[in-house]
Amino acid sequence: MAAMMQSAMPTSEPGYSFSQAPQSVAGGPRQHGFYPYTDNGGTTLGITGSDFAVLAGDTRSTSGYNINSRYAPKLFKIGGTGSANEGARIVLSVVGFAADGNALKERLDTVVKMYKFQHNKEMSVHACAQRLSHILYNKRFFPYYVHAILGGLDENGVGALYSYDPVGSYERETCRSAGAASSLITPFLDNQVNLKNQYDPTSGSGLEKVTKAPQPLSRQTVEELVTDSFTSAAERQIEVGDGLQMFIITKDGIEEKYMELKKD
Amino acid sequence: MPGFDFSNHNRNLALHAKGVPLPKATSTGTTIVGALYDGGVVIAADTRATSGPIVADKNCEKLHYIAPQIWCAGAGTAADTEFTTALMSSNLELHSLSTGRKPRVVTVMTMLKQHLFRYQGHIGAYLVVAGCDPTGAHLFTVHAHGSTDKLPYVTMGSGSLAAMSVFETQWKPNLTRDEAVKLCANAIEAGIFNDLGSGSNVDVCVITKDNTQLMRNYLTPNTREKKMRDYKFQRGTTAVLNEKIITKEDITKYVTVQDMGDGEPGVGEKMEVDA
Amino acid sequence: MNHFPVGWGRPRDDVYGAYNPSYLPQSHGGTQANPITHTQSPIVTGTSVLAIKYKDGVVIAADNLASYGSLARFTDVKRLKQFNRKAVVGFGGDVSDMQYLDRLLNSLDVEENYGGDAPAESGPHMSAKNLHAYLSKVMYKRRSDFNPLWNAMLVAGLDESDKPFLAYADLLGTTYSSPSLATGFGAHLAQPIMRRAVPNEAASRELSKEQAVECIKECMKVLFYRDARSMPVYSIAVIDGKGVDLKEDEKLENQSWAFAEQIRGYGTQTV
Repeated sequence: MAAMMQSAMPTSEPGYSFSQAPQSVAGGPRQHGFYPYTDNGGTTLGITGSDFAVLAGDTRSTSGYNINSRYAPKLFKIGGTGSANEGARIVLSVVGFAADGNALKERLDTVVKMYKFQHNKEMSVHACAQRLSHILYNKRFFPYYVHAILGGLDENGVGALYSYDPVGSYERETCRSAGAASSLITPFLDNQVNLKNQYDPTSGSGLEKVTKAPQPLSRQTVEELVTDSFTSAAERQIEVGDGLQMFIITKDGIEEKYMELKKD
Repeated sequence: MPGFDFSNHNRNLALHAKGVPLPKATSTGTTIVGALYDGGVVIAADTRATSGPIVADKNCEKLHYIAPQIWCAGAGTAADTEFTTALMSSNLELHSLSTGRKPRVVTVMTMLKQHLFRYQGHIGAYLVVAGCDPTGAHLFTVHAHGSTDKLPYVTMGSGSLAAMSVFETQWKPNLTRDEAVKLCANAIEAGIFNDLGSGSNVDVCVITKDNTQLMRNYLTPNTREKKMRDYKFQRGTTAVLNEKIITKEDITKYVTVQDMGDGEPGVGEKMEVDA
Repeated sequence: MNHFPVGWGRPRDDVYGAYNPSYLPQSHGGTQANPITHTQSPIVTGTSVLAIKYKDGVVIAADNLASYGSLARFTDVKRLKQFNRKAVVGFGGDVSDMQYLDRLLNSLDVEENYGGDAPAESGPHMSAKNLHAYLSKVMYKRRSDFNPLWNAMLVAGLDESDKPFLAYADLLGTTYSSPSLATGFGAHLAQPIMRRAVPNEAASRELSKEQAVECIKECMKVLFYRDARSMPVYSIAVIDGKGVDLKEDEKLENQSWAFAEQIRGYGTQTV
């Protein structure tokens, strides 16, 4: 073993073509780091149906191994009137860096309210979704560190859900999970909502088997899937827990539901 | 050659320098505590094991056996606490056989600190050592770098501050057995509910000069509620491309097959499955 | 895979020489543009701030110490600042930034009360909620300019409908609210104690003022035992419908060092 220990130690000198050139000059002035982001944990989830959209998020806010608050909502009503957003028909969920999420929510809310004052009509979810994308891309080189999901009803009254990356790339989907437990919830949703890896048991056998075709889900089924997603995520993800907030958007408005999750 | 194998050290240094991250060890980001009382000592632990932000084990055992009347609560790298306590247990047994005396807590504590100091903190074991021997009841903490502490109440792990807040407000001298158990369980619960690295259940171990009582899952404040939906798949949901049946008779050529009968289900079938 | 030009697919260093990084900024081994060399970290600091909501108001406390690294430099620094008769701010972190914010808040208060025809006693006051919104926007703006105010603070008081209000804001612009809050070490040591008293909003509506004050005092004691940057003289404020009751020279009572009596050494020592 002694012989092995004497072999050449890797150095930072440029030698082979794969070695990195020194990234900083030793002894020279170095800028002190202030990192303007943090992760506040938590997870969000949205699923749509033929005449509704459900958005959900846990209410825990974390920093490191600490719980900041057991009730810090990640779901926000957008538009409507006043600071309570009465009569709103659009919901934004944000997960990631909470301060950025808040700033993003305030900007989008202002935009949607201004739209109504200027055009004397409600902003459509479609328009709101595109505007959100632009707000995010506007900060392309100092991004809002959040995964946003926007939910509402489209012009035909069908549930609409838009999901975003931090710099504004977006897509309309039927179902999306974001945040700390998204890697746990997404495969579950693929299987239960989009019926991935499920064949029709009554169809032929072997290669003749037909895959199950996804059908629009009932509101109750969706609520149950959402609840099970979050109770399961709370079991296995330390940053998920405390409470589950759910917004159900229908033609009659936004209904809020809250239930407790595990607090450990 | 005895001891650890360092033959991959240089390769790993080179990989690390190129930016390959270190493998993630399962750590018991933990709350563990201990308290002396009149007539014995109590130690307690939570039961969550984590790998980064993921819960690796919801009900793991962090109270380790060293000798019948000496037990150890472990925080830090799961493998290190496991192997270090097993090594101490084994050496202590031999030592006890050789001297013909009951093992002492100071012996384990000294063996642990000398072992850990030699490895300069690279063995990430943070331990609470407790036990009763002919010289009385003892309680120590041992840090990964080899330092030790001897106090009437101790806490360790990521939830140590939450647990200590309970001791600092509720501890008093000359506790009774029941008071000590309750105090330690409270301290662990503070860790479970306030520290994300700790969770699930409370394990307690009470050691007196006459016996040891291990109370596995003494408290279970975090039982999972029933799921809303049933996730049992209908037979035929998965496509079968090829089928081969191996009969019991075929396989008995290689292994012994024991028929469990219809009564008690096998170990595998006892897993939690949706009805 | 990384995107540094040196990380992949370039000619061998030993044949063609090392990569010329001169076009890169100095922080990445180049010669372009100088980095900011003034310090961007706190110097003189205050430790934890604690607060708890009870049925008619909020109790908030912080000790009177300002540390210079590990030196207990100033021992009579008041870290609770009364904004008006509805709101108190407790500051942790950099003391000079605290003093800047204090000045900012005072000028805000003066501006808010200028020219109003209602006398200051009965006129419309900025609520603690308004103050928190203002403060958190200042903090978020400064972090977005990469010039943060290095503080974590609690805003305690009453909201616009005179209900107890308590919220947190820090150097990143992060905000949250809870029946009990603590900054710094207090988040680890005091929050577990306070959460036992008020696990949720409903419990805080049941808590009496006496219980709240008792809980905070207990927490300050634990923090003095265990936080090496603390001291036993502290400020405590109670904000309720009657106004602010701020005491700035309280001393810790009934400390217990009973555990220390039996300690002998750290290992095998017995005498």
